[in-house]
Amino acid sequence: MPQTMFEKIWDAHVIEARPDGQTLLYVDRHLLHEGSFHGFEYLDERNMPVRRPGQTFAVADHYVPTASRDLADAQDEVSRSLVTRLADNTARHGVTHFGIDSPSQGIVHVIGPEQGLTLPGLLIVCGDSHTATHGALGAYAFGIGASEVTHVLATQTLWQIKPKSMRIAVDGARPAGVTGKDVILAIIAEISAAGATGHAVEFAGSLIRDLSMEERMTVCNMTIEAGGRAGMIAPDEKTYAYIKGRRYAPEGEDWDQALAAWKMLPSDDGAVFDTEVKLDAAAIQPMLTWGTSPEQGAPLTATVPDPAHAPNAEKAEEWRDALAYIGLQPGQRFQDVGVDKVFIGSCTNSRIEDLRAAAAVVKGRQVRVKQALVSPGSLLVKQQAEDEGLDRIFREAGFEWRDSGCSMCAGMNGDLAERGERVASTSNRNFRGRQGQGVRTHLVSPAAAAAAAVSGRFADPRDFA
Amino acid sequence: MPQQPFTLLSAVGVPLGQANVDTDQVIPARFLKYPRDEKYRTYLFHDLRLRPDGTENPDFVLCNEPYKSKGQILVADRNFGCGSSRESAVYALQDWGFRAVIAPSFGDIFFNNSFKNGFLPIRLPTQVCNTLRQDLHDNPGAEITIDVEAQTVTGPDGVAHSFELDDFRKYCLVRGLDDIDFTLESMPKIDAFERDNRPAWLGHNA
Repeated sequence: MPQTMFEKIWDAHVIEARPDGQTLLYVDRHLLHEGSFHGFEYLDERNMPVRRPGQTFAVADHYVPTASRDLADAQDEVSRSLVTRLADNTARHGVTHFGIDSPSQGIVHVIGPEQGLTLPGLLIVCGDSHTATHGALGAYAFGIGASEVTHVLATQTLWQIKPKSMRIAVDGARPAGVTGKDVILAIIAEISAAGATGHAVEFAGSLIRDLSMEERMTVCNMTIEAGGRAGMIAPDEKTYAYIKGRRYAPEGEDWDQALAAWKMLPSDDGAVFDTEVKLDAAAIQPMLTWGTSPEQGAPLTATVPDPAHAPNAEKAEEWRDALAYIGLQPGQRFQDVGVDKVFIGSCTNSRIEDLRAAAAVVKGRQVRVKQALVSPGSLLVKQQAEDEGLDRIFREAGFEWRDSGCSMCAGMNGDLAERGERVASTSNRNFRGRQGQGVRTHLVSPAAAAAAAVSGRFADPRDFA
Repeated sequence: MPQQPFTLLSAVGVPLGQANVDTDQVIPARFLKYPRDEKYRTYLFHDLRLRPDGTENPDFVLCNEPYKSKGQILVADRNFGCGSSRESAVYALQDWGFRAVIAPSFGDIFFNNSFKNGFLPIRLPTQVCNTLRQDLHDNPGAEITIDVEAQTVTGPDGVAHSFELDDFRKYCLVRGLDDIDFTLESMPKIDAFERDNRPAWLGHNA
């Protein structure tokens, strides 16, 4: 019977399946960040060890300052204590920790692939909804809550009910100026913020295969913004080339065995998905979001939609609410809308390719917004960007070149905008208040964020090619 | 973690008629760093409940009686709890006094997190949720009854609606059980899986 990639990986991790559908799954790799303190408290109260510290890796990313690597720059004592608690908890339990002092520190979903921890066929979890990112390498990876983190720490397993499977195929040649971010924003606009709820999603089709590894991570990263449990892309030669030689990647004979196993992973011909979605690559353009849900996206060259033309009364009400918060009028051209701040970073778009794309637009131009930040996804990305001279391009244009962390995506470290300000952001969520109370967030690609920074308003990155 | 058992509840329903209420709305990220103490309830829907000057926003349902002090069952719209995996969203709802939320659909992670805390998310059809919310608007303080054993929700109109709940979750809810204790009973199977089923190329203990 032909199987999907998701089914193959699921089946390979089943320890026990109950008649009611609850299935005990084995976790290959468990990634932690500062939010894991709930789990360690539980273990300590019961005097339990971390069952498999060698399969557990921790990163300080949510609360670290990005102005420097000095914890004295953390926004407050509570944030500082969360960063040091992670260091203490991991040291006590023998868990590898990429702390604020580590030259390999970064955002958990950037360093997983970067360190070779993320590998095809593995089951990976993390107490963060953007864990789907790792599926870009053909892993089954999903976000979990604090209680589930505790359960994995204690048992290296999780009870799950098998999600349905969905294939989203994007076929056709890549239109000029379209990036992975535009592809996923177009997909979410098409299927809605709940379009993939209850599903493990496989992205397929010629445009997806054409994406770089970094872009594939961007696409899978935002699966959760369509409600999806996990996003995955079949591993191919690009994937293997990306992995080879990374710190935790298999070597020698192990590499040969791994490669043979990975080549069996892609969905079989004739495998049946519960849900199939098809998008035409030719119709995708550089995108932005205009509202307060990631599904409220449109081409940058378009105008603000009119609630009077919404598909139904309920949507019309949602659009009116969103436009009231975001401060836009129906019919306004997006390219006439001024931008106050620009954020280039987050687990969605902070990898070397993202920084290269943004720098290509910025080069030789000047920032025309109040503040523009770049927070590279890891210190290794930062180093590589500096080796390539990208930091000089950003700095000379007037960007702040920061250290690595989640930064202004969730603002938990204090990197926030002010009430009423409009931010062009390469992050993943345009929710109300996400980047500060009353802040208006527009999600865009790195090239479009850079175009906004040097224009003082939204601009089409294709005009800067 | 062991919870208060959940068997039968009759309580005031609170209608929240917005779609896509994400967990950033349920509890803004700036509160996640704090311990779960007596202040935790005040973080619930903080930026929807309160205006920038800190006064209550009377347009938000939870600022009005009898919802404010008696509400224990939230009736929401589609895709409730989408977004971030923060389990704090469940903690804040619980600490306010809520024990269940009814909606046409939920964010998957929020849905899972709820059960781990003895908090019950119930999926009912859109039309049923719309009717329940309308009844609660028309009759503020009206009660809804949730019977976990029978898997039914009975609205103010007396009509009972069945909901799905798998045996494992029901077992844990009714007894207030911790699933880690449950899993530890499967330890021999986990040991065997680790011995026999892990790819050799991953190396031992990796």
